[in-house]
Parts: sequence; C-alpha cells; structure tokens
Amino acid sequence: MVKAETLIAGALMIFSVYLMWHATVLPIWWVPEAGPGGGAFPFWLSLGMLIAASVSFIRSFSTGSDAPFFEPETRKLVAITAGLVLATIGLMMWAGAYVALPLFMIIYLRWMGGHGWLLISLLTVGTTVFMFFFFEVALKILLPKGITEPLFIPLYALFF
Amino acid sequence: MEIIGLLAEGFATSLSWFNIFVVVIGVTAGLFIGAMPGLGSVNGVAIVLPLTFIVPPASAIILLAAIYYGAMYGGAISSILLGIPGASTAVATTFDGRPMAQKGQAGLALIAAAVASFVGGTISVILFTFLAAPLADLALSFGPAEEFALVLLAFTTFLGLGGDDPYKTLAMILLGLVLSTVGLDLISGQPRLIFFDQPGFYSGISFLVLAIGVYGIGEILWTIEQSKDGQTVTTPKISFGEIWAGFKILLRSWKTLVAGSSLGFFVGMLPAAGATPASLMAYGIAKSTSKEPDSFGKGNVEGVMAPETANNAASTGSLLPMLTLGIPGSPTTALLLGGMVMWGLVPGPMLFIEQPDFVWGLISSLYTANTAAVLINIALIPLFVWALRMPFSVLTAIVIVLCIVGGFAPSQKMHDVWLIAGFGIGGYLLRKADYPLAPLVLALVLGPLMEKSFRQALIATQGDMTIFVTRPMSALFIAIAVFFVALPIISKLTRKSAERSALNPAE
Repeated sequence: MVKAETLIAGALMIFSVYLMWHATVLPIWWVPEAGPGGGAFPFWLSLGMLIAASVSFIRSFSTGSDAPFFEPETRKLVAITAGLVLATIGLMMWAGAYVALPLFMIIYLRWMGGHGWLLISLLTVGTTVFMFFFFEVALKILLPKGITEPLFIPLYALFF
Repeated sequence: MEIIGLLAEGFATSLSWFNIFVVVIGVTAGLFIGAMPGLGSVNGVAIVLPLTFIVPPASAIILLAAIYYGAMYGGAISSILLGIPGASTAVATTFDGRPMAQKGQAGLALIAAAVASFVGGTISVILFTFLAAPLADLALSFGPAEEFALVLLAFTTFLGLGGDDPYKTLAMILLGLVLSTVGLDLISGQPRLIFFDQPGFYSGISFLVLAIGVYGIGEILWTIEQSKDGQTVTTPKISFGEIWAGFKILLRSWKTLVAGSSLGFFVGMLPAAGATPASLMAYGIAKSTSKEPDSFGKGNVEGVMAPETANNAASTGSLLPMLTLGIPGSPTTALLLGGMVMWGLVPGPMLFIEQPDFVWGLISSLYTANTAAVLINIALIPLFVWALRMPFSVLTAIVIVLCIVGGFAPSQKMHDVWLIAGFGIGGYLLRKADYPLAPLVLALVLGPLMEKSFRQALIATQGDMTIFVTRPMSALFIAIAVFFVALPIISKLTRKSAERSALNPAE
C-alpha cells in the first residue's frame, strides 16, 4: 500500500511542476535592461521545491513507521468537520452567511457536541447577532447574503 | 537619555484610557486563548487580526501584542491544571507544573508561573527598549543586497536550528516564497501564477488567508484528531499564603529567572527558534544547575519558573527583529508584520523615524501589558478553570465561524474563504506528514521583500551576483546563512562519527 507520506511528497512534486509551467508565462531568464524576468523567481524556486520534495519522496520508501497516518478513533470526526466547513462555505455563496453559519453551528453543536437546544440557541443567536453588529454595523463590511438579501433591506434602512 | 525621553512619549500614547482598555481586553483574550488546548498566540492573533480594522493602527498593534503576551501567560494554565500544554511554548511547563498540581500545589504552580512570566517579560522589555533604536540605526544603512541576505539568513535558521527534516523545511520555505509571487509582477506589472484564470488571484494570496487557514481551520482539525482522550481539570486553591509563598520562591530563584529571561530574549530573536526551544533550553539549564536535579519532573517549582520566564522573554525578543529590521522572529510576529503592512505601515528601521509615536507607543505598551497580564492572570484563575471545562465542540464551532467570517472581511471575496478552507485542510495534512508550517507562513510574508531586494540588487549591478558577497554586511549574513545550511550536514557527520566510535571503542 502506498504510504500517505509518499503521496504528499508526490503531490508536492506535481504541484511544483505545475508552478514551474505557470511561471514560464513570463521570462525566466535575464531580460536586458530589466533584470531577472518576472517568471524567474517563481520558476527557479519551484524547481528547488521539486528537488526538495523529490528527496522526501525517495526517502519516504525507506523511512516512516507502520502506524496509521490518521488516528483511527478520531479520523471520522476530522473528516466530518472538514466536510461541514466546505459545505458551509458552499451554502454561504447561495443562501448567505446568516443562513449557512448558524446552520453550521446548530448541526455541529447538536450532532458532534450533543449539546442541549438551550445552549445551541444561545450560542447560535449570540454569534449571529455579534456578526451583524460587528461587521455590518460597526465595520460597514457587508457579509454575503445570497438569496436572503431582500430580507435585510429593512435592517439596512434601520442602521445605515 | 534620549531613549528614556522617547519611551516617556510612548507612554503618553499607550497610557491613554482607550489604549489601557485595549491592553486589558487583549491580555484577557490572550490568557483565554493561551489557556485553551490547541490554541496559542499565533492562532489568537490570526483569528483576531481581521477584527482590528475597527481601531487605529497604534491601538490595533497594542491589542495584538497584548494578546501575544497574554497567550504566553495563559499557556501555563492548561499545562498545570489539565496536564496538556495550552500551546507548544508551554510544553516544558507541564514537566513540573502537572506533578505540582497532582501534589495539591496547583495554586502555587500557577502563581509561580505568573510571577516568573512577569519577570521574564520585564527583563526582556528593558533589553528591548535599549536595543531597538541602535539596531534600527544599523539597519538604516542596509541596501537591497543586505536586505536580501538578511531574509535569506532568516530562512536558513529554519534549516539549521528548526530541528525538522531539512528537505521538508526547504520545500515549505520555497512553497511559501512561490505563493508570495502570485498576482502581479512587482516590477513589470504583468500577471503571473493566475491559477485556473481565477480573478481572485490577481491580488495575490494574502498572508492572512494562509494564516487563518493553517492556524485556524488546520489547527482545529489537528486538535480534534489529537483530543481522543478526555482530560481532568485540577481545581487550584489560591490564598494569600500561596501568593506570599510564590514571591518568596521568586526571591530565592533569581538566578534561574535572570538566566531564563536573557536566554529567552536572545533565542526568541531567531526566526526558527522562538519561545518553545527557549523554554526547553531554560528548563534544561535550570535542571543542570540545580542543587536538586533529581527533583525536576516530580514537581520542582523552578521547573515551572524557568520555562515560563524564557517563553515570555522570547515573545518580546521575537518582536525586536520584526520592528527594527522588518524580519519577524516568530510566526506570530510574522502576522503582526503582515497586519502592519495591511494598516499601511512599513515595518523596519524607517518606522522609527517616520512613526515614532507608533513604535514607542508599542514598546511602552509592552510594560503595561506585562503588568496587566500578571494581575489579570492571578485574579481570573477561577474563570480559567471554568473555561477549561468548556466542551471542545463549542470552541470548535465558534473558531470555525470566526475563521470563515474573519477570512471574508478584509477582502470581501468568497475566493479567499475557499482558499482558507483549502489551506486549512492542506496545512493539516502537511503537518501530519511532519512538514513544518511556520517557515511556510514566514516565507509568504517575507517573499515580496526578498524578491524585490534580489531583483533591485541585480538590476543595479547589471546582473553581477558578487554584490551579495562584496558588501561587508551582506557577506557576513551570507556567511552565517551558509553555516546554518551546513549545520544539519555537520551534525549528521558528527553523529555518525560518534556512533562509529561507540561501535569500535578500540579504534
């Protein structure tokens, strides 16, 4: 079975080749009267990264322990949390921050934390109200609203 | 005497009612952040940084420095009461702090930690006050060649002193440097590394996005995985008798405190070293110079004091190169540096000339923060005990929401929020495979300076690379950098030779 360490070093190698390819859009050598080309710094550093990652890749075959890469007892929790974060960001683009983030808190606190509804309500409402007053009212930073934008027009009229 | 006058003017800024309020809020927040297992000063600063737009730059940096300070104090709380360090900087504090708590001396251990942190903080702030201006004056003579050589030196310290696999460290430094070039080429203005033609990449990758991803989301995922075993919180008993006993021990242990402070300050200045190795080294020195070395690890109060003095002194030490040279001494100061750039300030020697109110306001606020931290720390111990009993799922939910909103706020682009998630998950996987993340963050912050100075130096000399070794200061920095690069090879050869001698004693 391929070790996780080998996979990560391999992924870094592929990424460095991708970066080198991208860097060649601009000159990677000396440009007369302009000095090193715009692509030189990223290109040659990516080459260095490719070499360093290659050494780690080769060494990963001979080193490392047989212990599992992820803790068997908690890997499911990590995967669910990471999945929930990605789903929340996706939902935020469509339904807005004031739907996605409270929903994340409710699901996380209930499902992962097993907390009671009173605590969940207090934390969710408190965080949402803080977000609105701190970012929107105090800092004038409008968080994404998605399809819920029309619902905020009366609030905008009240605070701005 | 000039320094005293400048410091007095600084106090005029930092002792305004608003800035005192900012220090108290920052220190209290830092204490809580430091006390929470899994969150340290770097996580606290990364999460709070986007919220600092609400206050002027001087108050913002005072707030972040107070959080940094508070977190250094707070790390000891969970080390002693929970047996797990609040941050890596407090690892050495668990060695004797936890046994003291188990013997019923949790209160004494907490007071000793707080008082030792205060001494470490005070000595290091005095050193900082008197070294900052001369170092800034020296840095004023630096040209592009010296700047490039200095940044190179900062990175090579990770290879020589970081203690991680040098190839993995190198890969992370180079990855950070390449990511710092995303966006518009700083000389020709042409776009480069615009992945998948996404317009969000035209403005580059913000250090804040990487920091929130790695130190916010990534750290939470890491802590979820590591926290499989439940921990029990020891309830400390604090009385005036305990406080008095703490001060008496302090007087007896002055040598440990002075050694820990000086060591911590100078080790803290090195980018790859910082508070964690400083505290471990201070612990080692305290143990080896003690009359009762066998009592260390079993609840010796000096084993708590030495690392706590050193980690606080190191946090001040790491601010010195950041403020005077524009080279951060730790990941947390890299974030402070990035924050200063975000607020329109240029860290480095010119700051002392152009923004003396800001610089001396910050330096004087370190005195205020240090005093506030020791008082608030001792006064709020019952509150920390309560907070440590807070379920981790509550903390996780709040931190993730703050990371998402805090990542969106500065640029107001969902592109950055996706990047945060990507860096968080990627950073978690890299950390699992033992790739160090501090060099990655530092490289992203210092990358633009490194590239700019490298290209400027070469343009000025028509491509003559010898400029880096013919200018004296630059040559000195390059020579030290070469030494740091060679250090892992030298240690490997020395180790092999020692092993050979052990196997063949007759030779």
